[in-house]
Amino acid sequence: MAEHAADPTWGVLAEFASPTALYRACEQLRDAGFTRWDAHSPFPVHGLDRAMGLRPSRLPWVVFGGGMLGAAGGLGLQWWTSTIAYPQVIAGKPHFSWPAFVPVTFELGVLAAALACVLGMLHFNRLPRLHHPIFRSTRFEGVSDDRFFISIEAADPRFDPSATPGWLTQLGATQVELLAE
Amino acid sequence: MSHAATPTLSQDQLRLPRSAVWRSLPWAAAAVGLLALVVHWLLGRGAGAARQAHFSYLVAMLYWLSIALGALFFVIVQFATKAGWSVVVRRLAEHAMITLPLLGLLFVPIVGGMHELFHWSHPEAMQHDALLASKAPYLNVPFFSARALLYFVTWTALAWLFYRRSVRQDLDGAPQATERLQRLSGPAIILFALTVTFAAFDWLMSLDPHWYSTMFGVYYFAGCVVAIFAFLALVGLLLRRARVLADVITVEHYHDLGKLLFGFTVFWTYIAFSQFMLIWYGNLPEETIWYARRLIGSWGQVTLVLALGHFVVPFFYLMTRATKRRGATLLPAALWLLTVHYLDLYWLVMPILHPEGARPCLLDLTAFLGVGGCFVALFGRQLRRHALVPMRDPRLAESLAFENY
Repeated sequence: MAEHAADPTWGVLAEFASPTALYRACEQLRDAGFTRWDAHSPFPVHGLDRAMGLRPSRLPWVVFGGGMLGAAGGLGLQWWTSTIAYPQVIAGKPHFSWPAFVPVTFELGVLAAALACVLGMLHFNRLPRLHHPIFRSTRFEGVSDDRFFISIEAADPRFDPSATPGWLTQLGATQVELLAE
Repeated sequence: MSHAATPTLSQDQLRLPRSAVWRSLPWAAAAVGLLALVVHWLLGRGAGAARQAHFSYLVAMLYWLSIALGALFFVIVQFATKAGWSVVVRRLAEHAMITLPLLGLLFVPIVGGMHELFHWSHPEAMQHDALLASKAPYLNVPFFSARALLYFVTWTALAWLFYRRSVRQDLDGAPQATERLQRLSGPAIILFALTVTFAAFDWLMSLDPHWYSTMFGVYYFAGCVVAIFAFLALVGLLLRRARVLADVITVEHYHDLGKLLFGFTVFWTYIAFSQFMLIWYGNLPEETIWYARRLIGSWGQVTLVLALGHFVVPFFYLMTRATKRRGATLLPAALWLLTVHYLDLYWLVMPILHPEGARPCLLDLTAFLGVGGCFVALFGRQLRRHALVPMRDPRLAESLAFENY
């Protein structure tokens, strides 16, 4: 903010001293109807997802779809190679001997589900990205040690550059700073 | 935070309320069970019905035994893993496992009727069959009977050991009981694994004495574990409908029971398919005959129903978080799996008696109700006599506050 005063504001960063203070502030933000914001903590705070009012992740559906596609692909691959591309009689069994195909079908289903899980997680977290405005704050380095933060984006419809920082202080923030884009 | 305070239980949460229908359960179940056993015995005396009566009784016996053994396994594993979440449901499993001595008593007709059930028990069959003659040192009447006795003595001893210390802790609250059972749990698992494996060999696999599969014991064990998780979820949810333990066994515990039910349904499938695929792939006649029998006539359809009902349907049904966390959706799943588990045992036993196709009859029902009535009666009696949860277990508070994250 200080060095690029002309830059548009990305949002506001508020620091809290304890997980309890963070938890209570999250409940207030949730009830005030904020939507584009996040909480940052060095360790998982149990129940914080409910305090933030987060909806269940859509990731399971991506994993399910990936798993089903992988299994179908695995079975299809074996069906195609052993009945159409290279039909061979092996051990006197039919071309399409499904019991022999189950292990590969299963394994490819698991593999695709795992890959879908990782890629879906990256997508929902909007990763990879090389820089995030929140890293402009040197204070934020404490998030991997003993500090707790809430960030609210300026894009949030309820964000007000003049009122929101003061309100965060009322909620128990020890430090509040505006961050540039 | 939401679970900062240590939750405690009041006295009326620990006992069956006076008004509960559950208090009349022991008498009702005992009446049904004994009546069914008498009817079963009378019907079995009819011309040509003796074999059917014994086979039906064996299926029923192995069905209720699988719940009791699953319960014993569940309790031992909770101590082996020092599990915190499960304390509030452990007492229900303890009541189910303490039926093992009673089931041992009910097993006597199977030893007595061995000649109706087991082809190898006839000396003349052994004489003219080189393969069977070579198995004679293991498959003979005295050794079979001694092994059956040994299994039930072991199970009774294990069940009694864990049961007694757990209910005694209700009175004295000594944490040493928990520590002692934790130390015992390791050796107990080894004893359990060996006895269940050989019991499955003796009572199920030896029905077809030429055939063998080294993973058969695990197959029966997988069924036991599916059965106990379905049983715990079912009993817990039925108790909840009667407003018993309603805020003690919470949605979080049902979620975990559902997850384990899902997991062991997959485990059962893994074992069942592994056994099938190796035999199918090797294609040796003395091995494939077992599966060939189960694909002839209407047995083929039963096999298909089993594959769909014991794997495909519960796999997709129990996959989502929502079905496991709602009583209205978990209860049907538990009932369904307890039903297909019966079908699984029926499918293991009955093709020996009816090679031409499945032939359900009244004797199947009377045996099921007979053994089941006795099982439920004893379970219900213990439920009345003791606290509904291990009330002074050192991990009770952890279990009450348990949440899935």
